[in-house]
Amino acid sequence: MPAFIQMGSEKHFSSLHTTLCATGGGAYKFEQDFRTMGDLELCKLDELDCLVKGVLYIDSVGFNGHSECYYFENPTDAERCQKLPFNLENPYPLLLVNIGSGVSILAVYSKDNYKRVTGTSLGGGTFFGLCCLLTGCSTFEEALEMASHGDSTKVDKLVRDIYGGDYERFGLPGWAVASSFGNMMSKEKRESVSKEDLARATLITITNNIGSIARMCALNENINRVVFVGNFLRINTISMRLLAYALDYWSKGQLKALFLEHEGYFGAVGALLGLLDSA
Amino acid sequence: MAERGGRGSGHGSLDKSITLPPDEIFRNLENAKRFAIDIGGSLTKLAYYSTVQHKVARVRSFDHSGKDIDNEPLYEISVQEEITARLHFIKFENTYIETCLDFIKDHLVNTETKVIKATGGGAYKFKDLIEKKLGLKVDKEDVMTCLIKGCNFVLRNIPHEVFAYQKDSDTEFRFQTNHPNIFPYLLVNIGSGVSIVKVETEDKFEWIGGSSIGGGTFWGLGALLTKTKKFDELLQLASKGQHTNVDMLVKDVYGGAYQTLGLSGNLIASSFGKSTTADKEFSKEDMAKSLLHMISNDIGQLACLYAKLHNLNKIYFGGFFIRGHPVTMRTITYSINFFSKGEVQALFLRHEGYLGAIGAFLKGAEQDNPNQYSWGENYAGSSGLMSTSPDVYPMQRTRSGTFDMLEMDRLERPLVNLPLLKDPSTYIPDTVDLTDDAMARKYWLTCFEEALDGVAKRAAASQPDSVDAQERAEKFRQKYWNKLQTLRQQPFAYGTLTVRSLLDTREHCLNEFSFPDPYSKVKQKENGIALKCFQSVIESLDSLGWEERQFALVKGLLAGNVFDWGAKAVSDVLESEPQFGFEEAKSKLQERPWLEDSYSQWLERLKEGPPHKCALIFADNSGIDIILGVFPFVRELLSRGTEVILACNSGPALNDVTYSESLIVTERIAAMDPVIHSALRDEKLLLVQTGSSSPCLDLSRLDQGLAVLVRERQTDLVVIEGMGRAIHTNYYAVLRCESLKLAVIKNSWLADRLGGKIFSVIFKYEVPCK
Repeated sequence: MPAFIQMGSEKHFSSLHTTLCATGGGAYKFEQDFRTMGDLELCKLDELDCLVKGVLYIDSVGFNGHSECYYFENPTDAERCQKLPFNLENPYPLLLVNIGSGVSILAVYSKDNYKRVTGTSLGGGTFFGLCCLLTGCSTFEEALEMASHGDSTKVDKLVRDIYGGDYERFGLPGWAVASSFGNMMSKEKRESVSKEDLARATLITITNNIGSIARMCALNENINRVVFVGNFLRINTISMRLLAYALDYWSKGQLKALFLEHEGYFGAVGALLGLLDSA
Repeated sequence: MAERGGRGSGHGSLDKSITLPPDEIFRNLENAKRFAIDIGGSLTKLAYYSTVQHKVARVRSFDHSGKDIDNEPLYEISVQEEITARLHFIKFENTYIETCLDFIKDHLVNTETKVIKATGGGAYKFKDLIEKKLGLKVDKEDVMTCLIKGCNFVLRNIPHEVFAYQKDSDTEFRFQTNHPNIFPYLLVNIGSGVSIVKVETEDKFEWIGGSSIGGGTFWGLGALLTKTKKFDELLQLASKGQHTNVDMLVKDVYGGAYQTLGLSGNLIASSFGKSTTADKEFSKEDMAKSLLHMISNDIGQLACLYAKLHNLNKIYFGGFFIRGHPVTMRTITYSINFFSKGEVQALFLRHEGYLGAIGAFLKGAEQDNPNQYSWGENYAGSSGLMSTSPDVYPMQRTRSGTFDMLEMDRLERPLVNLPLLKDPSTYIPDTVDLTDDAMARKYWLTCFEEALDGVAKRAAASQPDSVDAQERAEKFRQKYWNKLQTLRQQPFAYGTLTVRSLLDTREHCLNEFSFPDPYSKVKQKENGIALKCFQSVIESLDSLGWEERQFALVKGLLAGNVFDWGAKAVSDVLESEPQFGFEEAKSKLQERPWLEDSYSQWLERLKEGPPHKCALIFADNSGIDIILGVFPFVRELLSRGTEVILACNSGPALNDVTYSESLIVTERIAAMDPVIHSALRDEKLLLVQTGSSSPCLDLSRLDQGLAVLVRERQTDLVVIEGMGRAIHTNYYAVLRCESLKLAVIKNSWLADRLGGKIFSVIFKYEVPCK
């Protein structure tokens, strides 16, 4: 960020326009730097306002003729699972799950009417942070790459590891994770897992948890479409498929997970729209 | 879902070197009838049902015809053996399982049982060992079914089972009174994973959700991050760490609070959000703390979401992640409070570790209908809450200390609420919560300590013909002394600490060492003396005018109450001046106005109002109290046309009159007095038992027969007398009918606290507000 402000200063951004619309936590944190170093006044816009506006706008204009919004058909069937466009013409109500370093969950009822339902601190930052500690990786891409080659069932304790199969009394399938990192209670198993396995387990843990909280919020808010956005999902097909799967499976097909092609840019788009509004 | 107690020594080998202290653990094994076992990741919980033979004092009326009754005792006292049922639960580390099984095999003499019910993750692993050692067939039961059965059982039968955790409080545990309706509730079991179960009735429950982020995640991920292997050690690391070094907070993102959303700057925005770098070292403590917060918050959030969806507000937490660990109780409580905005309270259970074993046992005992009985926690035979917790006693981990016990006595008859309680769900019997009131706690613990030698002496003296009475009295003294010391350290060990619980524990300990009724002979003598004075007291009362008589009756009730061997001040007077008489007692009483004085309203009520339909009187002491205090009062009520239910304790406690003694006394009075005689004959005077053996009174646990009668006779007046029943308990009890609470304060500290002097009088007449 300091490098960006420096560049803005060198290129005399301030001579082009005096206000820069900004959103996100950094708009507050770096406001002073923009002012003193870049001679730029920030027009701070609420992060969530921008996010909601951005999502709705991009979907309405489409993306090179392609639909912005998509979903996975047959998410519970690996063979038949495929990405299909979704028509978001009548978007309301929808649950918007923004997964950045943390997670915010919003219920959007109309263009101007939304509320933050809840959030969780277990987000992209948790995945990346834990991966750094567990595997020594240094970039998000590296962490995802590792995860794509790992096997989380070596790390996690599954229902079948405890009950020998399904736990029929409660209708729990044997493949479900009973305890994330549960196998790591044993010294022998700690010694036999790879970094890739650990990265994969971390990804699965965080993703499943977000899915679970999102599903509960959707039920409590009585909304059946859940749109997942945020930088955590960038180049992260594993998580998107898992979210699609988990939502479909645990809701017995009642809930649909939706995704957008430009998962991480909605805040900026919304801020730009804010500029147009103010002009 | 698998579990672990957290104190395992970790290595798989079984420890055979331990010698078990048989006097203390696996008691009454000879007669054990049924077994159940719950084997977790590191702790084994064994349950067995056994019979206990213990001594009881019985009274029997003599046939007095043609004898010189002046020189004969009033009735005969005999000590008999009685057999009652008791449930034993014992918890020990899995490493001792083989030693324990051998011990059981050697001591199991009279059992006819062929099977042992087993539950828990370890039941598979030890199946062969159990079958080989005990020769019993292992019958596996579903873990969650057992857990919920056990949960329902403790919620129904153990007072102060449920508590909330309060941080920054002198006593961290706030116990709750048992709600008459325990359903529906949410049970969140945090084992290696999390199970969330909605329980609607005794047999109807449903798994509504769960999470894989649980105790196993804390342990497994914690072990990877910190290289610390044991669960307990991870918790200790966590309690020393600073999560803000590892977590990204809202203020790290925004530079302050996120004001438009009202999110505080100290809120965690991203768990482990600061560890997204390869070149910085983080301390083990900080990482463990961050992990603990992450997991506790997540579980709390999900629990709140499920509670909201199913419209439930009672959430009980259990499982090894919680068990006896103040650290996790604190973080879970914080999380629930945060996510529910204070609308839902996180609740914990004192006997959470035993739920599986209790449930498995109940499954095996279904033909005995254990649920149709009421059960009582035996304080003498039970270890308190966290008796072995390293969090509380880091240094106290002696080997025998790793055994934790719970014993429950089957009560003869079911106990129910007094139907006249205004609101059973908010009724709290005890006046002062000693867990909360440090000053009062200190005073009463010291008071009971100082009285202990005297109690032990009197117990020994009550059995002059027994060769081992001295020895047993000393064992009693030691046991009760140890209980008092435990309570000094952990006031919350058996639920809310109260004067009642201190008195009840003493009675349980006396019973434990076969002193069923140390006051039996004293009571016998006092009853004899008092009966001789009965007629002259009645004559002098009858000579008074109506208004004078009402006052004399009340004074008589109060004076009778001065005679109480239970209170130290009076016992001193009585030991030194045996002739201390009824009249002298009256002269000791405080003059009106009394410390609490609504006598005028009571007199007005008698004068102006119609006679009461039926009065329920809870009697206190034997001798002068019941015979010269209560009976003249009863007689007056009967003369007014009011029916009387006289309720006395089922079993002995101090010098309180028991139900069986009251039968004899009443019979003798009836022989002298025509009013009492005809009232008994016409069933206008009814004698009942309370179902209790306590010097105090819990109106939410009374004999069912009493409750039925109270309803049938449309009782509209309740009279409670004595310090134990009307001051230590029920002083603030609210009833749906008129009530009289009267007592003489025979303890100078208590008198001082209530703003009076010793022998101050409490006369509290209450009318329910319309």
